[in-house]
Amino acid sequence: MDVSSFLVQSLNSVQYGFLLFLVASGLTLIFGILGVINLAHGSFFMIGAYLAHWLALKTGNLFVAIALALPLSFLLGLAVERLAIGFLYARDHLYQVLLTYGLILIFNELQRILWGNDVHGVPVPALLSASIPLTEAQSYPLYRFFISIACIGVAAAMYLVIHRTKLGMLIRAGAANREMVELLGFGVKRLYALVFALGAALTAFAGMLSAPVNSVYPGMGEHILIISFVVVVIGGLGSIQGAFVGAMLIGFVDTFGKVFLPEAASLSVYAFMAAVLLWRPQGLFGARPA
Amino acid sequence: MTTRKTPTRRRFLSAAAGAGAAASLLPAPFVLAQTAKVKVGILLPYTGTYASLGHNITDAMIMAIEEAGGTLGGRPVEYVKVDSEADPAKAANNTNKLIAGEKVDFLTGPVHSGVAMAMVKIAREEGTITIVSNAGADALARQMCAPNVFRTSFSNWQTCYPMGPEMVKRGHKKAVSITWNYAAGHEMIGAFKEGYVKAGGQVAKEILIPFPNIEFQAHLTEIASLKPDAVFTFFSGGGAVKFMKDYDAAGLKKSIPLFGAGFLTDGTLQAAGPAGEGIITTLHYAESLANPTNKRFTAAFKAKTGRPADVFAVQGYDTGQLLVHAMKAVKGDVKAKKEIMAAMRAAKLDSPRGTMTFSKSQNPIQDIYLREVKNGDNVVLGVAQKAVEDPGRGCGMT
Repeated sequence: MDVSSFLVQSLNSVQYGFLLFLVASGLTLIFGILGVINLAHGSFFMIGAYLAHWLALKTGNLFVAIALALPLSFLLGLAVERLAIGFLYARDHLYQVLLTYGLILIFNELQRILWGNDVHGVPVPALLSASIPLTEAQSYPLYRFFISIACIGVAAAMYLVIHRTKLGMLIRAGAANREMVELLGFGVKRLYALVFALGAALTAFAGMLSAPVNSVYPGMGEHILIISFVVVVIGGLGSIQGAFVGAMLIGFVDTFGKVFLPEAASLSVYAFMAAVLLWRPQGLFGARPA
Repeated sequence: MTTRKTPTRRRFLSAAAGAGAAASLLPAPFVLAQTAKVKVGILLPYTGTYASLGHNITDAMIMAIEEAGGTLGGRPVEYVKVDSEADPAKAANNTNKLIAGEKVDFLTGPVHSGVAMAMVKIAREEGTITIVSNAGADALARQMCAPNVFRTSFSNWQTCYPMGPEMVKRGHKKAVSITWNYAAGHEMIGAFKEGYVKAGGQVAKEILIPFPNIEFQAHLTEIASLKPDAVFTFFSGGGAVKFMKDYDAAGLKKSIPLFGAGFLTDGTLQAAGPAGEGIITTLHYAESLANPTNKRFTAAFKAKTGRPADVFAVQGYDTGQLLVHAMKAVKGDVKAKKEIMAAMRAAKLDSPRGTMTFSKSQNPIQDIYLREVKNGDNVVLGVAQKAVEDPGRGCGMT
């Protein structure tokens, strides 16, 4: 492999890593703070993509579509929390898995009823439709760089909110000791609903942003569900930093695995996960089990 | 009806049809043998990703029979539909439901090759006359062939082999092929390679991607560094759209032209937009074929269903035509299996795709068309290869 293709492959890795982080951050947020294993994570991703497709078609502009779709997915997250997830915080993880699996089936069927089974494309906004030439044969779409920048923005915003604001302090406190926060007079129930809705909106946002790159099709949520779990497990359940590092590592392992070991391409990511877990069962940034 | 039906309405209609079919399963007491209905079992996906394929195949098949008076050899027809869900794990059970439970006279379907393998395995044992109306697995023309199993669609090999010589003819001597690492991918890429190497081309690299992975960026960089004359690919559905878009966005289409199996650009062009333009594919059909049968067929299908016809509808239509032809030959006597099969074997169908006959393995002998995407449409450039027949290697009947 020559230097230029090595550099391009590294760029591919970082770019894929950013995308994975964006997709996995909502999952790790919800698990880290609420302790809920959300299998319907992929459904929120799919809903985001379909909303972006549908609203972009109606309004003619992806950015307007995203601005409209974000509050919608936030409200959907609130509704799901109130009507379903909210009853299961105290229950075993198995209940959550069963419930959220059921949600996958419901959302998939709703998608079929509302939007049908065709594959849809979402055009890249004209402003970002250019490509930057990298080598003599290959160029890089500007929109992919835009996704990376958006991911950095989301990561920074999450860090600031959780570590620098009162809301973030309450979220962290609620995760550490729910009863104490309640005794001090803060409504944990409302807080949890807010976090779940934020996590859902974040995941949907990932779906919206990647819709022009990914295209929009039935079953797209299941595609990203598994890789999201891999990222979150490697990073350590519930850790935002962990999700970021995990996503970057997977980006590199997946990209270079495809190039150097094409026969084992489907395995490389999982082999890497197994190796990490053997070394640190709690994940790279996970809290050690007490 | 001029407006496009909404999916909701379509679903309602199909649900209603399903309920109708279920109601007709009730035993009809003491019907005279001569006027007894011919039971046609249909195993197709009516829910899930492939639902639209299932509906198009079914509707066109029924349309063909209705055009012939709505009867098979003078006898009324009862359609027994089972939703295959395109799930191979449920295929054996679903097939038994139709053969043993419903005692159907004919069995048709399915879309998914995995379902087809299980379905045909049982049909071979039970002897039910079976018409495969989509699944393209090569094995159905080869080791799985049987006197009572026919196919009106294609074999994966058939649709891709003619592209090899065509690309060499265009001066592309060195190619890279890329597909998913699964059975259909192997068969399509393998057939292309066979034709390509025989014509003097060289496949520099075969890239196989774990199914259903759609992160192509690393492979596109690899293709850019290999600098082949052309790329041959097969993906379907969302993967096809994403590959066409990524290939275009990476700037590769300008320097390395993209060729593909026909299913790459079927039902995916609207979503792919400008990224699809200029891609050249081979398939046994194109909506834009100018023959009179196709013109009449596409208009009639649109009028009946409100949906545009596609390759799947054509295959359903020909399944219906084959049933009409064979049952006419035996004047409606479903007991005359030998004669029915002989009539099917000798059939020469006036298909929207052109004239179609059957090979010794009872698979279609058909022209494979060369198509180029222009303004979001598969425009026919000509015939890539006339009367292509699957080699039927390992089929005991050839």
